[in-house]
Amino acid sequence: MGDCEAEPPLPTAEEPKPLSPRARTVLQPHATPPEAIRNFCIIAHIDHGKSTLADRMLQITGVVDDRLMRAQYLDRMDIERERGITIKSQAVRLPWESGGTPFVLNMIDTPGHVDFTYEVSRSLAACEGAVLLVDAAQGIEAQTLANLYLAMENDLTIIPVLNKIDLPAAQPEKYAEELAGLIGCDPADCLRVSGKTGAGVEPLLDEIVRQVPHPVGDPSAPARAMIFDSVYDTYRGVVTYVRVIDGDLNPRERIAMMSTKATHELLEIGVISPEPVTSKGLGVGEVGYLITGVKDVRQSRVGDTVTNSAKPASAALGGYRDPKPMVFSGLYPIDGSDYPDLREALDKLKLNDAALVYEPETSAALGFGFRCGFLGLLHLEIVRERLEREFNLDLISTQPNVVYEVTMEDGKEITVTNPSEFPGGKVAEVREPIVRATILAPSEFIGAIMELCQGKRGTLRGMDYLSEDRVEMRYTLPLAEIVFDFFDQLKSRTRGYASLDYEMDGDQDADLVKVDILLQGETVDAFSAIVHKDRAYGYGVMMAGKLKELIPRQQFEVPIQAAIGSRIIARENIRAIRKDVLAKCYGGDITRKRKLLEKQKEGKKRMKMVGRVEVPQEAFIAALSSGESPTKPQK
Amino acid sequence: MPQLPDGDLAPLDGALPPAALDAFEPGDSPFGVYLHVPFCRVRCGYCDFNTYTLGELDQDGAQATGDYLRAVRAELELAARVLGTSRRVDTVFMGGGTPTMLSPQMLGELLGWVEELWGLAPGAEVSVEANPDSVDEPALQALAAAGVTRVSFGMQSAVPHVLEVLERTHDPARLPTVIQAARDCGLAVSLDLIYGTPGESLADWRTSLEAALACEPDHISAYALVVEEGTRLAAQVRRGERSRPDPDDEADKYLLADELLTSAGFAWYEVSNWTRSEAARSRHNEGYWLGGHWWGAGPGAHSHVGGVRWWNAKHPRAYAARLAAGQSPAAAREVLDADQRRDELVLLRIRTREGLPLDAVEPAGRGALAGLVADGLVDGAHLLRARRVVLTRKGRLLADLVVRNLLGY
Repeated sequence: MGDCEAEPPLPTAEEPKPLSPRARTVLQPHATPPEAIRNFCIIAHIDHGKSTLADRMLQITGVVDDRLMRAQYLDRMDIERERGITIKSQAVRLPWESGGTPFVLNMIDTPGHVDFTYEVSRSLAACEGAVLLVDAAQGIEAQTLANLYLAMENDLTIIPVLNKIDLPAAQPEKYAEELAGLIGCDPADCLRVSGKTGAGVEPLLDEIVRQVPHPVGDPSAPARAMIFDSVYDTYRGVVTYVRVIDGDLNPRERIAMMSTKATHELLEIGVISPEPVTSKGLGVGEVGYLITGVKDVRQSRVGDTVTNSAKPASAALGGYRDPKPMVFSGLYPIDGSDYPDLREALDKLKLNDAALVYEPETSAALGFGFRCGFLGLLHLEIVRERLEREFNLDLISTQPNVVYEVTMEDGKEITVTNPSEFPGGKVAEVREPIVRATILAPSEFIGAIMELCQGKRGTLRGMDYLSEDRVEMRYTLPLAEIVFDFFDQLKSRTRGYASLDYEMDGDQDADLVKVDILLQGETVDAFSAIVHKDRAYGYGVMMAGKLKELIPRQQFEVPIQAAIGSRIIARENIRAIRKDVLAKCYGGDITRKRKLLEKQKEGKKRMKMVGRVEVPQEAFIAALSSGESPTKPQK
Repeated sequence: MPQLPDGDLAPLDGALPPAALDAFEPGDSPFGVYLHVPFCRVRCGYCDFNTYTLGELDQDGAQATGDYLRAVRAELELAARVLGTSRRVDTVFMGGGTPTMLSPQMLGELLGWVEELWGLAPGAEVSVEANPDSVDEPALQALAAAGVTRVSFGMQSAVPHVLEVLERTHDPARLPTVIQAARDCGLAVSLDLIYGTPGESLADWRTSLEAALACEPDHISAYALVVEEGTRLAAQVRRGERSRPDPDDEADKYLLADELLTSAGFAWYEVSNWTRSEAARSRHNEGYWLGGHWWGAGPGAHSHVGGVRWWNAKHPRAYAARLAAGQSPAAAREVLDADQRRDELVLLRIRTREGLPLDAVEPAGRGALAGLVADGLVDGAHLLRARRVVLTRKGRLLADLVVRNLLGY
């Protein structure tokens, strides 16, 4: 340790050709002094070009051959690549020579969505510096701002960078002012790059070396490494990403997880560059991966501290938190016979998703399914999409809802994750989770946003101008309102210009009721919802109206009612069908008619019976999708 | 135009399975011949039948009809080879298209071939469809002389703005004269009506019904307008230029028709058909509903013999080419299995006044009967006394729903 000598790169089958001669000297893991290490991350909004910039860094530093280069190299999952977002972070070790001295840059990729704030915070905790990357044509977005604040709280050195300067619409001067105002630097200090053309990327790497402090730790203390990501790989089991704070980790050691006290043998240790390369260990300030043979990411949790089992540290690193599901939704297979497949699929997904929880649930209307808990709406959508795509399942998901703490008048407390659990008796108090939301938008939309937030039971906490025409608004809002359709409405009222970020902020007492939907007097559990008293009527009218459109007319009249307890608050009628007969039935009509009948017989399998009422599967899907997808990622 | 259904390959020589021929032989169900005449002067906006204008065929009239007659002659000869000629023909129906686009002599020639090959049974019914403006008294006389017994006029409506939407060209005022002429020639007369045309009010429909009754026909068919995909009307509806037919409005119009026709002395014998007397029923059409055998000759014509259904190539040229090559013109066929036969029996018989024998309803469907009676769709008295499932007036409007209940679908 402490030896600054550079070693030649490990021989590989085909020598990659670095674009820059300044990446030729590769320092070896476990033999790199902390002074030569720079750990940084990139904070950016989803489409502000983080992955493209990361790609360019990989190319310039030669860790990825041009031939192997594919867009967004670091994002592994298909869904991520299609959506252009990063869910699972990774860390790549890059060689870089600055002022004639070789350095190691560890680029830690951070997830970019509100649901993964905790993961972001752990990624940030693994770094000493952050590149604040902002699209020079769009300016900063709420999410980026939230992560910037998070980075500032972690005392990270911030390097402001404007990306996409090659775009004709770029306004680097304007947004440099905005950034300078936010982090208190000089507008001239904002670097300008183009991830697309590579312009400005080498100077950026130099600035990272110059500005980001090197890690500091005690090499002789018992080992302490923080887990900032944990990924399940079919072939290798769980791959755990760590940042070593003190001491060192070595192959074949027995390690211990400080939150669970579980111990594992270290089967493999190494760095990512950008494929895994085994190393002789990891020392102070280094970033790399561990493989212990465990099969479930729950045994290797983000935020936990890894230590040496034989020589354990006395205290864990701070900041560990159990993932806590905030949003619940029922997932049901459209074809009831897929239930075992859904169970198996969830069991598999769980291996790679420490935050996913689920338990079997039965719905009178939808059959057998699972009540699943998610970190947030994007998490829900990602899980659902993976189930449908990777496991070939067709699913219905019920209206997402948050967790309510209900206290009865007799003092009994009930935790409600499903409207069907909402008690009917004398309720003393209902508490609902609230969030602290940040909305960034052009100032012309202030009125529209205020109107929306007031309608969603929001309280304005403050407002600041980021620049002449851009404003930051801070609200306290019930999470349930955000889960419902807030984001879509925000987008539509601001023509897509507003961005939103939120974090949990405790809970509040609220006047909430359960609205049931009845078809011909029978409650359809899948449509029940817990809503604020003032919104109950609106929900009832909306749902009854929607179902009237979606449910085909039957042989008899079907009343649709919305009710709070036994009180009917809205009502619609599906009139009885009066005509269902083919007018002509001659020679050629007979075959057609019979084939139609055979098709209807098949279609009947997709009908759910609610009492005597036939409800097509499609009606459930359409009614539950509530005409919008509040879960679309932010763009 | 409706697409032909999917089916199995049909043998090139038109041969039928022995079981189908065994069912055909004994003569306990009627044997009909349908002759499809695929020509029209103009195509009406709502029509999706297999018919062509001469312009569409890119042929002059003499060439088109000449090719057509030759091909039908060949098909009838093929039918005689396949079925044998031991049975006489009970009914002949010349439909289209516009059969009267052919001269009475040509229609007579077609009928002559049927007689020549099989002979007509005593009292055979021979129907021809006609547009009120495509026949006159001499033509009707010639048809009667050739052996035609019944004319079915495409009246559709008596209201000019309704006829305009349907793009029917005839003058409604001419109808009583033509009908009188037909009666004078000794022909039975049927009128076809359409209800539910966009823009037709209930009062318009009443006008049409009353006008039809004033002509004192023997038989009336009334069909709800179906906006078929691929027609001009469908395009107009899609573009919002015409309103989509409303099922409730159609239900009101059906009930009005049944009421007016009943009080004028007519009785229903099939969901969309009424007659003044049992003798005036269309026996040819009853063959369709009662599982009779019929050979449909002509482009796109459908046939049924002993549980085998098949259909001809649609385009007149494709149809004629196959026959010229000595092949069957069938495009495809289906040999019905037991379940399909049961489904057809239920869906067809339920449409008739005599209804469906209770024995034909399987246990799954019997459970539904009490509910159907309670809901007023099936006549309870008939069920108890005659053990037949007969639709009430309300039930006729929901016949397809009743069928699904009876089959447990």
